[in-house]
Amino acid sequence: MITPLHLDVRRSAAGGETDFELSLAVPSDLEYVGPAVELIAGRFRTGILSPRRVRFNLRTALAEVLANAIAYGNRQDPSRQVRVRVEASREAVRIHVTDDGDGFDPAAVPNPTLPAYLEREDGRGLFVLRGLVDCVDFNEKGNSVCLTLRAG
Amino acid sequence: MSFSLTKDKRGVVVVAVDGQLIVGNRQELKQKALDALDGGARKFVIDFTKTGYIDSSGLGVLVSLSKKIREQGGDLRLAGLNEDLQTLFELTKLDTLFSIAQTPAEALAAF
Repeated sequence: MITPLHLDVRRSAAGGETDFELSLAVPSDLEYVGPAVELIAGRFRTGILSPRRVRFNLRTALAEVLANAIAYGNRQDPSRQVRVRVEASREAVRIHVTDDGDGFDPAAVPNPTLPAYLEREDGRGLFVLRGLVDCVDFNEKGNSVCLTLRAG
Repeated sequence: MSFSLTKDKRGVVVVAVDGQLIVGNRQELKQKALDALDGGARKFVIDFTKTGYIDSSGLGVLVSLSKKIREQGGDLRLAGLNEDLQTLFELTKLDTLFSIAQTPAEALAAF
C-alpha cells in the first residue's frame, strides 16, 4: 500500500503559466515510480512540451531516472528518499533527481545494443534515457542527474 | 487493470497492456504470461495498442519472457506499437530480437 505523494509547486511572479518549479520527495519503493511520474507529468498541460513528448519522452525519462535512483542509488532502503526538482521555463524543462547512494560512473555502463548485451534483461536505462531527452548530466559523484528537455 | 489476457480458439494468448509497462508492474505481466506458459500455452502476442509508455525494465521483462517462451518451443510477438514505442525498440535494437506486427490481428494471422 502506498501513501499519497506531495508535490510542492512554486510559480515565479513574472513568468506566467510556463515558469514554475516542482519539488517532490519519493520513498525508495519502486511502487511509487508510476504515481510520481503521473503527478509530475500532469503539470505539463501548459504547452512547454508537446502533448506527445509529455506522453512518451517525459514520462519514460522520469520512470527511468526514478527507478535507477530507487533501485541502484538508494537500494530500496526505506529510510532513504529520492529528491526530485523540476524547473520549467519557456525555453526548457530541467529535471534534477538526487539519491542518497554512493553514485556510479556513467561512462562505465556498457552499450546495451552490442550483441553480447542485447538479450540481457537489464542495463538499458541510461541508454534509453539518452535517447529520450536533449541532455543528461550527472554530478561528479554520480548520485544526481539533470535531464533537459528543450521546449517544443 | 494493467493487463488483460485473452485466448483465441487456436490457443494463442493475447496480453493487452493498458497504460504503461514499467518497473512497478512488470512482474505482474511476467507472472501472468508464465502462468499461461505453465498451463500449456506456447504462442503469445503482447498488444501495445493502448500503451502510453514502456521503460527499460518493461523492455527487459519482454526480453526475458521471450527467452523463456522460446526455451519451451514457443514464440512471443509484439503488436500495436505506436511511432514512439517503435522508435524505442529501434533505438535499443530490440526490433531485431522480436517479431513486430502492426496490429494484433496481423500478429495472430502470422502464427
